[in-house]
Parts: sequence; C-alpha cells; structure tokens
Amino acid sequence: MDWVNAIVQGTLLGGLYALFAAGLSLIFGVMRLVNIAHGDLIVLAAYLGLTVVMATGLHPLLALVFVVPTMATIGYILQRGILNFTLGDDLLPPLLVTFGLSVIIQNGLLEMYSADPQKMNAGALETASFAMGSLSLGVLPVLTFAIAVVVIAGLQWMFYHTAIGRAFRAVSDNQDIAQLMGLNKRHIFGLAMALALGVTAIAGILLGIRTSFDPSVGGGRLIFGFEAVIIGGLGNLWGTLAGGVILGVAQTIGAKIDPGWQILAGHIAFLIVLAVRPQGLFPRVSG
Amino acid sequence: MTRKTYKPPTRRKFLAGSTALIAAPAILTSTRAYAQEKTLRVGFVSPKTGPLAGFAEADDYIVEGINQTFAGGIENNGSSWAIEIISRDSQSNPNRAAEVAADLILGEEVDIIVAAATPDTTNPVADQAEINEVPCITTDAPWQPYFFGRGGNPAEGFRSTYHFFWGLEDVIGVFLDIWGQSGAAKKVGGLFPNDADGNAWGDAGLGLPPALAAVGFELTDPGRYQPLSDDFSNQIAVFRDAGCEIVTGVMIPPDFATFWAQAAQQGFNPKVATIGKAILFPSVVESLGGRGDGLTSEVWWSPNHPFNSSLTGASAKELADGFTAATGRPWTQPIGFKHALFEVVADVVKRAQDLDDPEAITAAVAATQLDTIVGRVDWSNGPVKNVSKTPLVGGQWQRDGDTLDLKIIANADQPSIPKTGELRVL
Repeated sequence: MDWVNAIVQGTLLGGLYALFAAGLSLIFGVMRLVNIAHGDLIVLAAYLGLTVVMATGLHPLLALVFVVPTMATIGYILQRGILNFTLGDDLLPPLLVTFGLSVIIQNGLLEMYSADPQKMNAGALETASFAMGSLSLGVLPVLTFAIAVVVIAGLQWMFYHTAIGRAFRAVSDNQDIAQLMGLNKRHIFGLAMALALGVTAIAGILLGIRTSFDPSVGGGRLIFGFEAVIIGGLGNLWGTLAGGVILGVAQTIGAKIDPGWQILAGHIAFLIVLAVRPQGLFPRVSG
Repeated sequence: MTRKTYKPPTRRKFLAGSTALIAAPAILTSTRAYAQEKTLRVGFVSPKTGPLAGFAEADDYIVEGINQTFAGGIENNGSSWAIEIISRDSQSNPNRAAEVAADLILGEEVDIIVAAATPDTTNPVADQAEINEVPCITTDAPWQPYFFGRGGNPAEGFRSTYHFFWGLEDVIGVFLDIWGQSGAAKKVGGLFPNDADGNAWGDAGLGLPPALAAVGFELTDPGRYQPLSDDFSNQIAVFRDAGCEIVTGVMIPPDFATFWAQAAQQGFNPKVATIGKAILFPSVVESLGGRGDGLTSEVWWSPNHPFNSSLTGASAKELADGFTAATGRPWTQPIGFKHALFEVVADVVKRAQDLDDPEAITAAVAATQLDTIVGRVDWSNGPVKNVSKTPLVGGQWQRDGDTLDLKIIANADQPSIPKTGELRVL
C-alpha cells in the first residue's frame, strides 16, 4: 500500500513539475529560447501573488485574476524589449541574457521583499484531504494536478485549433517564411512569452501555497522544469506533463527506498531518458 | 670670449640628482599627527544578501547604534582610540566570505575582524584570520561545526580566533526538557537534511540519536533527505506507522512548510513539533497561519532574557524594541548576538595592553570575562579552547490574540532565564 501511496503522491507532485515546465516547453518550442530565468520568474509570480493577497485580502487562487495578466504583460514587454534582440543563429546570447535576468530578478526581489521566507495562506485548502480507499489525498495536490491537465489541454487546443496557435507553429517551423506570409515574428514571440509567463504565474501561485519561498529558491525549481521538458520531449506539451509525472514518481519511489534518494532518483530517471532517448520520450512530430 | 658649452651631467651628479628625486616624496609627505586620536579598524563580515540574509537583517541597526556609542572613542592606556567598523557582505557564500575577510585583513589592514551567522560565514573568516594572525571573534553558529568543522584539535585550539555561542549538547538538553514536559509518547520522528546541520544533528555518534537513546526515547530516522524536497509523504508514512508523537529536525523553512502541510493532509498530527532553524524567524511562523501556533524551538536570545548591554546599559527588551521602532519589523534572535559581538570588541579595546600589537589584542580577547546582552562571555571555561558558551532555552510560538509570541517554556538548564509561558501540546 505504501508503494501505491508513493506512486500516487509522486503523480500529483508531477502536476506541479509539469506546470513549472509548461512555460519552458512553450518558449523553447516556439522560439528555441532556453530561459535560465524561468525559476526566478516563478518566484516573481509567487511574490506578485503575495502582494495582491496582502493588499486585497483575496484568496491566493483568486489572486490569479491579477497575477496572470501582470505576468503576461511582463512577458510581452520582456520579449519585445530585450529577448527579441538576442535571438539569432547563436544560442549563447539568449542564454547569457536570461542568466543575467535571473540574477537581476533575485536581487531585485531581495531588495524589495527581504530574504524572509514567505508563504501564501490558502486557509483550509492547504490541509484539506479526502480518503480514496486507504489512501489520503490532499486537496491541494489534486487540484494542482487538475490545473496542470487543464492548462496543458488548453495550450494544446490553442496550438492546434486557433489562429494564434497556427502562427506559433508557423514561426516555430520557419521564421523567415512565416515572416514572408505576413506574420510579424517579433510580435508572435512576444505573445508566446506572454502566454508562457501566464502559465508561470499559475505555477508560482501554486508553489507559494504549497510551500514557502524566498528570493533564492528559483534556481532549485528550474532544474525540475528542465528535466520534465527533456524527459517528455522538447516542444511536446502532453509529453511535458508525462515528464513531470515521471520525475515526481521517480522522486517519491526513490524516497521510499531512502529519503536521500529522493532528488537523486529524479535526476537518475532524467539521465536514463537522456542516455536512451536523447530526443525525449515523446518528441514533437516535425512537419 | 668664453663660450658656454653644454656639459652633460657627470655620472656622479646624475646619480645624486636622481636619488634626491626618488627620495623626495619620503621626506615631503606630512606625517600623520598622532597627537589627539588613533584609529582602530574593525572588519565585520556577515551575509547581508542571499539565503542567509535573515540573520543579518539587524546589522545596519546594530552597527549604527554601535557607531553612536563609539563616537567619543574608547580609552586605552590613557589615550583615546576612534573605532572604525568596516562592513562586508559574504553573500551567504563561504568562498565569498573568505575573499572579503582576506581583503579586510590584507587590503584594509583591520586590527580585529568579527563575523556572524552560520558556519558558512564564521568558518572561512576565522580561517583567514588564523592564517594571518589577526584577532577574530565570531558568533551565531553552534560551536561543534565551528570548531570541528575547521579541523580544530581540542588539545591545541586556535591561536587568534575565538567564538561564542551554544552547542548541540545544549539543544539536545532543551529538546528533552520540552518533550519531558509534554507527556507525549517517547517516540520521536527525526527529519534531518543532508547538509552540515542535518548531518551533525543526526550523527549516530555525536548527534541526537545516542542522546535520545540514553534517556529512553525511540528515534525513527528515515534517513537524510535533500534540502528543497517537494514531497515528504514517505517520511510521514514511516512516522505514522511507528506511532511517533513527537517530530524534530533541523530544516530550512520551505522544507518544513512542505512537510507540515503534507502531514496535515495525510492525517499525521504529532503532539509536539520541535524544529531547529526553520522557525527561528517570526515571519516564517506567521506565514504558516494557524498551524504555526504551538511549534517549539530552541531560543538563543529573546527580549525577556534578563541581561543588559555592557556598552549602553540597555536591557534585552530595550534593544529589541529599538529595532522594531527603527525598522517596523519584529525582533529576531540574532539581534542580541550582533550587539554582543561589538560589546566584546569594545571590552577588548579597553583592556588590551598594546593595541598596535595583534598578539596583545588576542591575549585580551582570551582574557575576556564580560556580561553581555546574551549572557556571560568567558573563554576560560568553555567546552574546548577558543569557545565560550552562552545559555540556551526552549520556546514555543503561541498566539496571543493577534500576535504570535515566542514564549520561553523550558529552562531546566538555565534557571536564571525565567519562563514566560507553559508548554501547550498541539
């Protein structure tokens, strides 16, 4: 039974990892940009949520109404103001710029919010649970997983059934030809980043309810996001969810054997995938 | 008619001239007038930014207060010395701490170097001071990681570096006192991360396990977990199966918050939760909402400690209130220790035989017997050389109306520090 519990808890944890990873996956899929600042952007979203909660007294989940548009706006401005200038044939400039951005966000948050660990208080939701057979499932992890599924389904639908999704796929396939067809790739990239940071905002709020955060924890979250993306296959959104779940389950099963193995087991699962299938389990079908 | 011809300078003239030119600055510089006041420089290293920044939150307030106190200078052997404090940020990084310490010692040529907040700051700074034979005083790190972490040999000790704080044996004593009062079953779940603190606390030879076994507590220790883990369901299952009614550990705030929420979700409700490190700062406990009420922890210093500053005469309460008034933020435990650090510096400056001689300063440090705002600092009777112990008691966060207050509920080893509340079981 303990093993079943470990797998179930790991799956639910995978939902959170998938949300960390969805934004990364999206950005990489559309514009081949590796965003080192992603973890810090998650923490930034958590702090924005905290600010809204403090100022208005809203429930943290309702704060999403403010945080998602704010992060999306930040994303659009960031992309058009800075990151678009770094995109080109060379992968290094965007890497370096987002690395610098990560340092700036961390220290900016430290300056504004101090180093105190903060947490968003979601009241009874944090500790509520329900029984399923002999298992006890927390409402918050289940909700997180459900949100992850909805977000990824929504993104998937957007990508394949809307005009903007077609534009994303077009610039992703061939920027120059998309440009010739009348798409402004700078604007499309801006929209993609806005969408990605909107998803990041959801991840940040859920992280901030689940545990406490301070300006320096972003980097530690980034690695799980990257691993989920790589395990699932670059650019594949459902794959990202699968990657998150595999990572989460590997961690809880590792911890079942010995708590010291928890994080390591996740990394090992990632390495195995990288060694056996470097393109990920479900790489995006090209064309 | 004589024609004045240009004569090239002879070798001798050239040498004399150029020597005079090179030597001139040495004679021409005005020497400093030593008549009225000499300056003693104190280097101060602390983690102002990064994950440990909470420890250094009160630094500016403390240094400002100390600068005011020192404004008139300090008397030493009949002459007045100005004190200049040079602060440096370790960025919570041991390598950076060593770097700024070396810069303070070699570049700024400080006469005394002080450092505070966790072994990551104290150890590299003390190591630099030891190599360069500069007197060094540190605090805010349990003495075992400070002493043994630097490869200290109890028989020899260190030459120039001194430390005051409490040790693991005090924490264990305080925790046992709390659990003894609680009446909970003697079954303890241990959560020790795989970091310096977790490994020291969970050490099978020197940490909690043998001490708990000796007094009949049964410790369930699932093993070292990695800091910043996102899931504790396995540990919770193990504790629940073992029937643990007490949970302890030395955790960072995010790990404790994750664990504590999951414990509630999984229906694991221990009677006592005594956690080191994570619930040190009021902001963390506040952020846990209702579930922060009733957590227990070690207390190094509080506004209710019956001590006064040897510098200003202010009581612990006055110092803490001053910080709150100046910054609008609640008091934290490191405040007292930061202040005490400079109390010791001032005391050493007063007593040193010769402030120009590092060895004389070191001798004065070693001979310190001072009642500070955190208790008595006296290196003559420490557990090992170069270490002086300050008192440690146990506290519980209790909600009084709107405010969360750290009540002192366990003082068996330190009866001079009064209890301010009684233990409530969760």
